[in-house]
Amino acid sequence: MEIEHPVQHKKEKAMDTGNWRNHYPVVDESKCIACGNCVKYCPEACIFLDDSEKAEASKSGKVAKIDLEFCKGCGVCAQVCPVNAISMRTEEGGNNNETKSKKDKEKTN
Amino acid sequence: MNEQLTKNFYPGHATCAGCGIPAIVRHVLDEADDSVVVINATGCLEVTSTLYPYTAWKVPYIHNAFENAGATASGVETAYRILKKKKKIDKDIKFVIFAGDGGTYDIGLQSLSGMLERGHKVLYVNYDNEGYMNTGGQRSGATPYGANMTTTPASETDIGNKTFRKDLMEIVKGHHLEYLAQANVAYIEDLRKKTKKAFQALEKGPAFLLVLQPCTNVWKFPTSDYVKVGKLATETNFWPLYEIEKDNYKINLKIENPKPIEEYLKTQRRFKHLLRPENQEVVNYIQENINQRWNKLLKKAECQF
Amino acid sequence: MKRALTGGAAMAEALRQINPDVMPVYPITPQTPIIETFAKFKASQKVDTEIITVESEHSAISACVGSSASGARTITATSSQGLALMNEILYIASGMHLPILMLVSARALSAPINIHGDHSDMMGARDTGWIQIFSENVQEAYDNTLIGLKLAEKTSLPVMVAMDGFITSHSVEVLETIKDEIVKKFIGDYKPKQSLLNLDNPVSYGPVGLPDSYFEFKLKQVKAVKNVFQEAEKIYFDFKEMSDRKYNYIETYKIRDAEKAIIAMGSVAGTIKDVVDNLRQKGEKVGLVKIEMFRPFPYKKIANVLSGVKKIAVLDRSLGLTSLPPLYGDILNAFYREKLNNSIKSYVYGLGGRDIYRKQIEEIFEKMDQEIFFKKEVEYIQ
Repeated sequence: MEIEHPVQHKKEKAMDTGNWRNHYPVVDESKCIACGNCVKYCPEACIFLDDSEKAEASKSGKVAKIDLEFCKGCGVCAQVCPVNAISMRTEEGGNNNETKSKKDKEKTN
Repeated sequence: MNEQLTKNFYPGHATCAGCGIPAIVRHVLDEADDSVVVINATGCLEVTSTLYPYTAWKVPYIHNAFENAGATASGVETAYRILKKKKKIDKDIKFVIFAGDGGTYDIGLQSLSGMLERGHKVLYVNYDNEGYMNTGGQRSGATPYGANMTTTPASETDIGNKTFRKDLMEIVKGHHLEYLAQANVAYIEDLRKKTKKAFQALEKGPAFLLVLQPCTNVWKFPTSDYVKVGKLATETNFWPLYEIEKDNYKINLKIENPKPIEEYLKTQRRFKHLLRPENQEVVNYIQENINQRWNKLLKKAECQF
Repeated sequence: MKRALTGGAAMAEALRQINPDVMPVYPITPQTPIIETFAKFKASQKVDTEIITVESEHSAISACVGSSASGARTITATSSQGLALMNEILYIASGMHLPILMLVSARALSAPINIHGDHSDMMGARDTGWIQIFSENVQEAYDNTLIGLKLAEKTSLPVMVAMDGFITSHSVEVLETIKDEIVKKFIGDYKPKQSLLNLDNPVSYGPVGLPDSYFEFKLKQVKAVKNVFQEAEKIYFDFKEMSDRKYNYIETYKIRDAEKAIIAMGSVAGTIKDVVDNLRQKGEKVGLVKIEMFRPFPYKKIANVLSGVKKIAVLDRSLGLTSLPPLYGDILNAFYREKLNNSIKSYVYGLGGRDIYRKQIEEIFEKMDQEIFFKKEVEYIQ
């Protein structure tokens, strides 16, 4: 094994933290007001504000979108949402098996 | 993921689910106009973000040892100055230290003091989770009174840690900084404003940010609650938000009706033993200390130089 | 140019010619003349070095790590307790392959506290992965500073160059210095391949190496160390061209047909050379092997050079408390590895700056003829 030091950042080497979670967040886009709280506080910076057709509540036409790739399922986003637009669902079959949210991810890739 | 917030520090690191540190790192680095070089003391952040072969850092980064972030940064900043003078470097670079309370209040205090005293233009950001969390939750000089930590465990007859936290802001203030501030990761806008001011203050010398970082793992609260717990710390006046600019104190948020400290204590299992009826005296003692310190802070804020 | 300088001033002179980028310094006797002389150069603008007056030696070496990783030519100096305090970071410096140069005015370690010259501080750092060079006199202190810097940058390993505290550091001797322009050409410009301040290629220094990678990190250091002798030889060659002085990892003095020899390091070698000259005049076949580069240890070279010398005494200016005196231990290994069984004996001398006299050296050579000499393994020259 050839050691590389100092180390360069390589995306491919990132740990698969999305595989660690037991819960995953879901945004009710009709409720989301795009306040940005979840964006600010997410430890993995998974969340960003983006356009959406369902953005009824949000005057800006934007809603919070969550990228589950690295999401650890901590639930901070749900806790800081002032309008309870985010709910945490349980990953089916535990975090070692194929779960619904990950299957969804594969579909969109 | 969020492009802006992952520009400098990428996910795929091993911090606990619901850890408050990444938000501090991301928002502080996001406030820098120039390129940034990060110096990191051993601790939760360092260990979780640089597990070879992965580094979550997209900016230049150095970890040396536990107690020498201040000294290491002094070397880096000095090298920068002279290499820039010799025209070997042409870009403007800002230097930011991230260190936990362990590597700052205790073992890192000398190194921090030396760096501040010599006036190196470095921003020192202390993420304060009130203990040695990376090693499992031992008490540090930043551990609050009555906390149940692994080296000051609570029991039927023991209330846990029996000292009040060091007043690091006062210690740092003694080094004649242009700007230092006490912030809270639960108040991101306030943290960002302070970071901006701190970066500006770097023109004259070092700056310092003391940021409360509630730790879900060792303070023992649900992974979703770091912001909720952090807010309570400020709403009870346990962790006031204030700045010291050119020796003048300025309180950023005056809580109209501060909540009683029990509201904060009951959110964390590290204080569970204090809520037993026989420990009411201890809670009163803690409340008294908070009230006194808040009143002193008010007085300090009145006196302007 | 011929000059009369103390070891400290001579090293400072070499530093002036090097004109390093950054020099973190913390005072400790007997290193202070180096940093004070150098600070005067800075104050009179003879150098543009940034001197950082840090608050401890631990911070000095920590600042060196930061500075060297940032691509700056970085040098520091210390002794004794200071070197011991740096210990934790010495491993980190070599683990990160940083070409830091450290000048050591070798002094005894406490307890009891003693400010005088011996090698215990250097011995405490012998397994840190740093290259270690010992200087016999002021000339060598000056020369080794220049050689040491070049060696560090060629091998990407940190180097410590020692001179005996007080004995060499504070004594005035005559030396030949080299012209500024020639030194400048010899040491060249420091151009690291990677650096912390290279924004086009951001890198992380000092990661966590878990059990699945730590071993390989260390093997990378082993590989770097294997390269040292090769690079050193090239540098010694260049140095000879420049100065007319030929260095090597060991110096042999009248060893070719010697029947009895002493192996030693540091200033005592000068005294031994004097004794060897006298005894040779009386017809005695004696010689000296002086170790210049103590780490990495030149096992093979020593064994080769001394294979024919039947009786050998090794002089250590430090103890191997709880084991054997360090140089003696290494010498035994050198001989055993080559399957040689010469008679070797250990002497510990000069602890805490205690002087050693020609008479005592003569006695060693004399006693070597006696049967009983090698019966007692370690003796102390008090």
